[in-house]
Amino acid sequence: MLTSALVSLPTATVGEAAIPATGVFTVAWLLVALPLLGAAVLLLGGRRTDRWGHWLGVLASGSAFLVGAVLMVATLSAPAAERVQDLHLFDWITAGSFELAAGLRIDPLSLSFVMLVTFVGTLIHVYSVSYMEHDASRRRFFAYLNLFVAAMLLLVLADSYVLLFVGWEGVGLASYLLIGFWNHSMPNAVAAKKAFVANRVGDLGLLVAIMILFGAFGATDFETVFSLAGGANEGLLTAAGLMLLLAACGKSAQFPLQAWLGDAMAGPTPVSALIHAATMVTAGVYLVVRSAPVYAGAPNALLVVAIIGAITLLFGAIVGCAKDDIKKTLAASTMSQIGYMMLAAGLGPIGYAFAIFHLVTHGFFKAGMFLGAGSVMHGMHDEVDMRRFGELRKYMKITWITFAAGWLAILGLPPFSGFWSKDKIIETAFATADGQGWQPWVFGTVALVGAGITAFYMSRLYFMTFHGTRRWTGTEGAPAAGQHAQNPHESPALMIWPMIILAVGSIALGGLLAIGDGFVHWLEPVVGHTEHHDPVLPIPVIMGATILLVLAGGFLAWRQYAASPVAVVPPRGSVLTRAARRDLYQDEVNEGLLMRPGQYLTRSLVYGDRQVVDGAATGLARLVASSGEVLRKLQNGYVRSYASTMVAGIVVLVAVVLAFRI
Amino acid sequence: MQDQTFPWLTTLIVVPLIGAAVLWALPSAARRHARPIAVGFSLVALLVGVLAALSFDSADAGTHQLVEQASWIPAFGVSYAVGVDGVGLLLVLLSVVLVPLVLLAAWREHPDRAAAGTEGTASAREVVAGGRIRHYMALVLVLEALMVAVFAARDVFLFYVLFEAMLIPVYFMVGAFGGLQRRYAAVKFLLFSLAGGLVMLAGVIALYLQGPGGPEGFLVDNLVGTEMSVTTERLIFLAFFLAFAIKAPMWPVHTWLPDTAEQAPAGTSVLLVGVLDKVGTFGMLTLCLPLFPEASRWAAPVIIVLAVVSILYGALLAIGQSDLMRLIAYTSVSHFGFIVLGIFAFTSVSVQGASLYMVNHGLSTGALFLIAGFLVARRGSQRIEDFGGLQKVVPVLAGTFLVAGLSALSLPGLSTFVSEFLVIVGTYGANRPAAIVATLGVVLAAIYVLWTYQKVFTGPVRPELAATPDLSVREKVAVAPLLGLMLVLGFYPAPALDLVREPASQTLEDVGVQDATASYADETSTSTTDDGSDQ
Repeated sequence: MLTSALVSLPTATVGEAAIPATGVFTVAWLLVALPLLGAAVLLLGGRRTDRWGHWLGVLASGSAFLVGAVLMVATLSAPAAERVQDLHLFDWITAGSFELAAGLRIDPLSLSFVMLVTFVGTLIHVYSVSYMEHDASRRRFFAYLNLFVAAMLLLVLADSYVLLFVGWEGVGLASYLLIGFWNHSMPNAVAAKKAFVANRVGDLGLLVAIMILFGAFGATDFETVFSLAGGANEGLLTAAGLMLLLAACGKSAQFPLQAWLGDAMAGPTPVSALIHAATMVTAGVYLVVRSAPVYAGAPNALLVVAIIGAITLLFGAIVGCAKDDIKKTLAASTMSQIGYMMLAAGLGPIGYAFAIFHLVTHGFFKAGMFLGAGSVMHGMHDEVDMRRFGELRKYMKITWITFAAGWLAILGLPPFSGFWSKDKIIETAFATADGQGWQPWVFGTVALVGAGITAFYMSRLYFMTFHGTRRWTGTEGAPAAGQHAQNPHESPALMIWPMIILAVGSIALGGLLAIGDGFVHWLEPVVGHTEHHDPVLPIPVIMGATILLVLAGGFLAWRQYAASPVAVVPPRGSVLTRAARRDLYQDEVNEGLLMRPGQYLTRSLVYGDRQVVDGAATGLARLVASSGEVLRKLQNGYVRSYASTMVAGIVVLVAVVLAFRI
Repeated sequence: MQDQTFPWLTTLIVVPLIGAAVLWALPSAARRHARPIAVGFSLVALLVGVLAALSFDSADAGTHQLVEQASWIPAFGVSYAVGVDGVGLLLVLLSVVLVPLVLLAAWREHPDRAAAGTEGTASAREVVAGGRIRHYMALVLVLEALMVAVFAARDVFLFYVLFEAMLIPVYFMVGAFGGLQRRYAAVKFLLFSLAGGLVMLAGVIALYLQGPGGPEGFLVDNLVGTEMSVTTERLIFLAFFLAFAIKAPMWPVHTWLPDTAEQAPAGTSVLLVGVLDKVGTFGMLTLCLPLFPEASRWAAPVIIVLAVVSILYGALLAIGQSDLMRLIAYTSVSHFGFIVLGIFAFTSVSVQGASLYMVNHGLSTGALFLIAGFLVARRGSQRIEDFGGLQKVVPVLAGTFLVAGLSALSLPGLSTFVSEFLVIVGTYGANRPAAIVATLGVVLAAIYVLWTYQKVFTGPVRPELAATPDLSVREKVAVAPLLGLMLVLGFYPAPALDLVREPASQTLEDVGVQDATASYADETSTSTTDDGSDQ
């Protein structure tokens, strides 16, 4: 009632208002239901489903992709004004003034994610059929993967913050289960818990944001919140925006909640590709962009988003330069690339579309590279130390070529995918909306320098792995102590084909989506149309400088890691290298600031509870209960005396009643 | 209200009592059938409970229904009066659902854990257990009857008698069937409850004296709206509240719970924490608030602080525990903090959340205690450090524990989330700092649940645990309904919410506070219009 009355008011909604879903869109619930059903069958079916369970998993994810594709086509054929649809599912929570229906929002933003998640997700399902072939628990693995896909789709399709929160925590759970998939090894179990707890700190932000929004607007569904946000006061929106940012930091491994992502690499590599590179970790960016109408009235919160993005961008890039573990290097890179997306989102309406654009192209090339890393590990006895790789291009040609496609894409060289999206972010960073003050210069420079560092560490990874001299021991010689004899070989077809498809995406997707600014226009019904802002530097200068820095970074890496021999034992390195190897001491900081004091607090409380609280309460109870004599009897354990006390109590009651009433 | 034809609630109280009597009267030849008989009676009670629920009109859940009333001691104004509103009905249902599961879970378990090591051969132990388990199950049935009665009592004196009488079966269930320190634990439980009970007794008397008196002077309905001086009302309120706070249990009178849960058999803890302790929060909601509205409003700010302290304190203590059962007990201290917070935040959203929380907490903690009981029975120890790597050995047990644990940390999709969410969102409308600080409990919950899971189920398999059997069919049947209810009520809480909506607004009306969450909409529209007129 209230909702419908207010929607018609002129408001500051950024994109189009939603219309009720009709026709083919009413089946959108299948997107969530199909993978969820897959997960349920695989988990409840137990060992009976071991033989075919993995194919069921592929089928569930694949059919979700087909449903998504149908919705995509239907949306593309609808006029722009009708591309935002809300599908009411059922009344979920109705309590007093809190009324919430479970519903889905099908619009260009959610559909972009649906396509990314289901397409890349299905490829990774297929890849995993082979990658996890020798794991006794492969069925359980696929159950968790399906659970993840369902939760991720719920996250992006939800039409309210509360339902989004269900998906938000759901992907956290799936991530926890998958990072700890091999949790018979304690470090993996610890990494899984660390990820969940760090995420929970972020989730707390989302909960508080929901409270603030409900407190202000009496609703948590996007339609109402966004239509009322225009008239709300700035302080409130800033608080909500900052809390949403906290949530985004947890999920997307942004500073200062970034510490879990590197450890999350303990999960099987397909998981790293899907969850910790292409999709889940980008949910924070989704949250910020989705909340554009909230941030529209909170420029300061938006500025903080950009600052966090810029810090993380550099943080990840620096860490990436020092890691020798191929997966951890990729993880640092993911963190840094999401920093780019955050930065773009923090630039506001002029950056939202590019944040999502980069998110999509990154989803392809980073997933491709992770699958490539998995292929390398598959052929190298699960070795992850790049100092023990080298010259692998001769042994795994397809992995090498597909990885090269991803490498060129992340470098941002034209015409590969990353160029189209990342270059736009750098350009926009030089052109913050008001075009004034320190912001364009700082953000622009950070983005520019970041591109150069990215080129260095990604080339370092690429050269150390596929080029240079071989630093592993083949089957012909005796392996060094603690080393396996390596017999690098190309992976089977089920692993190769997903890599090839993602490589094609890494090469061409960015260019295709950039034709006529197609992707930007596609998102306009959600993020609104924005006039072009001129950067503080001419565009050709920015572009030229970017390419120059990228080439320089690549060249440095080539000189150091391809043209000259790489030490098998890492050199001591400079202060900065040593700090970067330890993730700039993030764990030490967390330990010193949170864990140690927390443990101390917990231990003192445990002691205090026994000695002080229990002592006082027991003493008081004794005092109140009765005289020491009765207590002594009670402590002898005679219930009789208790019963008699009760009888005595009743007698007293009766006596008093009689005395006063009769 | 009075067109009640069948005495559903009395039947629900009598059936388990008959069951207990039958068990105790069994001739020795028939004693081996004690278990099916006990479970049978509990299932009949469940059936009666469901039928009672079906004849309950949920559209009118704010009114007490299934009402029965008979004069008991008219000279003192005492009546046998029972009836339930939506909240009472939910808690009655929770009791009758949990009891069969507890009995099923205790089926083969040797409840006398202290004696387990000292009994002779396996067969001798079996005989003893067979004899003792009969008593145990009979006590469970007696407790069931008392629990149903206390949630249904509509007479303050009847409520008080039942409130105290409940202690007796629990005392024996802990003191006779518990662990090594069971006597200490049982006495401590009794002492704390007794202390609260005696203070409450004084309150009960004082309340009667203030009330209208007469042959129905103890009826709740006759006492609501009693005129009292401010001081009197506050003192009587405090007497009731102390008893309920001990029962709930709230910080700082919670210390009996960890000791009791540590020593009690798992099934006893399920009923004790899952249902019986709810009498505390139920009493706050259905007695303190309507009977002492002014005093409730007066005390609310302090109680909210205590509730928030309980939430954080319980969670931090849970993180520091080395005993599985103590740990679960402390998580409950934290969860009871949420319930009390919701009640005393006085918003329709938070009160509904708290009402629902009572049921959901019963399901999730019940499941946790049951599953922890299965673990302890297998290992013969409840020290967390004695476990490790069990997920590989007993995947189904690990999975159920994880689901129950996720429910304890209020993962969305499981029922506890809905209630915890409503409590904090509702509280935010009345008391922002309390709501935000309480949210920290969300992070702490993740730590205590997942850390426990890590220590018990992950890492390398301990050699002595390598042959641990996974859940049997009987054990699966005992936990599956709880996990199923958690999921169903997580995604579709409407049936439960429909039952607590009216009672919540009724309660707020009794307390006489403006619902802070109801005014959101008005404020928003006002401010929007203001903005419009400024332009």
